[in-house]
Amino acid sequence: MKELALHLLDIAENSIAANAKNITIIVEENTIADYLKMIITDDGKGMSQEMVSRVVDPFVTSRTTRKVGLGIPLLKAAAEACNGYLTIKSEPGKGTSVEVCFQHSHIDRMPLGDLTGTFLGLVIGSPEIHWVFKYTHNHHEFVFDDAPIKAELDGIPLSEPSVLGFIRQYLEEGIRQAISKN
Amino acid sequence: MDKVKSLEDLKRIREEALQKREAKTTGGQKEIIVGMGTVGIAAGARETLKAILDYIEKENLTDIIVRQTGNIGWDSWEPIVQVVIGSAPKVTYGKVTPDIARRIMKEHVQGGQAVKEYVIE
Repeated sequence: MKELALHLLDIAENSIAANAKNITIIVEENTIADYLKMIITDDGKGMSQEMVSRVVDPFVTSRTTRKVGLGIPLLKAAAEACNGYLTIKSEPGKGTSVEVCFQHSHIDRMPLGDLTGTFLGLVIGSPEIHWVFKYTHNHHEFVFDDAPIKAELDGIPLSEPSVLGFIRQYLEEGIRQAISKN
Repeated sequence: MDKVKSLEDLKRIREEALQKREAKTTGGQKEIIVGMGTVGIAAGARETLKAILDYIEKENLTDIIVRQTGNIGWDSWEPIVQVVIGSAPKVTYGKVTPDIARRIMKEHVQGGQAVKEYVIE
């Protein structure tokens, strides 16, 4: 995967698979303190410590009964190659939080990529989940919370063309404004 | 600077959507499912999904449900798209690029004819 936004999508898919009802995605770009941080927090079924270590490092731990993907280990390696880190906090029955950080200016850092495409796909494709996206660029913040939109729509599906257009433009404009305020 | 869209816009959108729904007779539910497992995403599933959403927006197609799902289990055929129209059996497409997705939207979802060359089951 060549974009951080695609990794976000991949991690959010894990949260959906863990039966989360609420998923919050925070993306923080700071060119002054020179970091790019992403935090994905869910209230899904969570994982044991053993499972967390397997997810982070599938080739080290011994148990082989459950299949884990390579999305997280690859992202962790990419972050560490850019003076960053990836940590997972999880508690069975409570949820999981994945935090990944890169040196913003590092020459090997993946581009952030198409955040709107990732967010739009998640909101439209999994409408039963309450989504919150928070994008910060040097302290200028854009927050997207789909709860008031769904309340206002009152049953009209998010995939109706006019609603789709509304959400797409809302995301695009919000992210663009947070960047242009700097 | 552009004005960020507001919930007031949404009220109007809702009214219009309701009127449109009342005006047309329903031809059965249309559902499009895009596989979004790790393999699917790496193979380009987000661009495929985006092409489908763009098509719906541009062609102003109402009454279509778009869903994402985890791994469908056909790794080497990702990105995978499934189409269900009314009570007809589910049709599964493999290696769906954005271009193929637009063809599926036009010929199958709108036209009712499956795009046979990309059907995998």
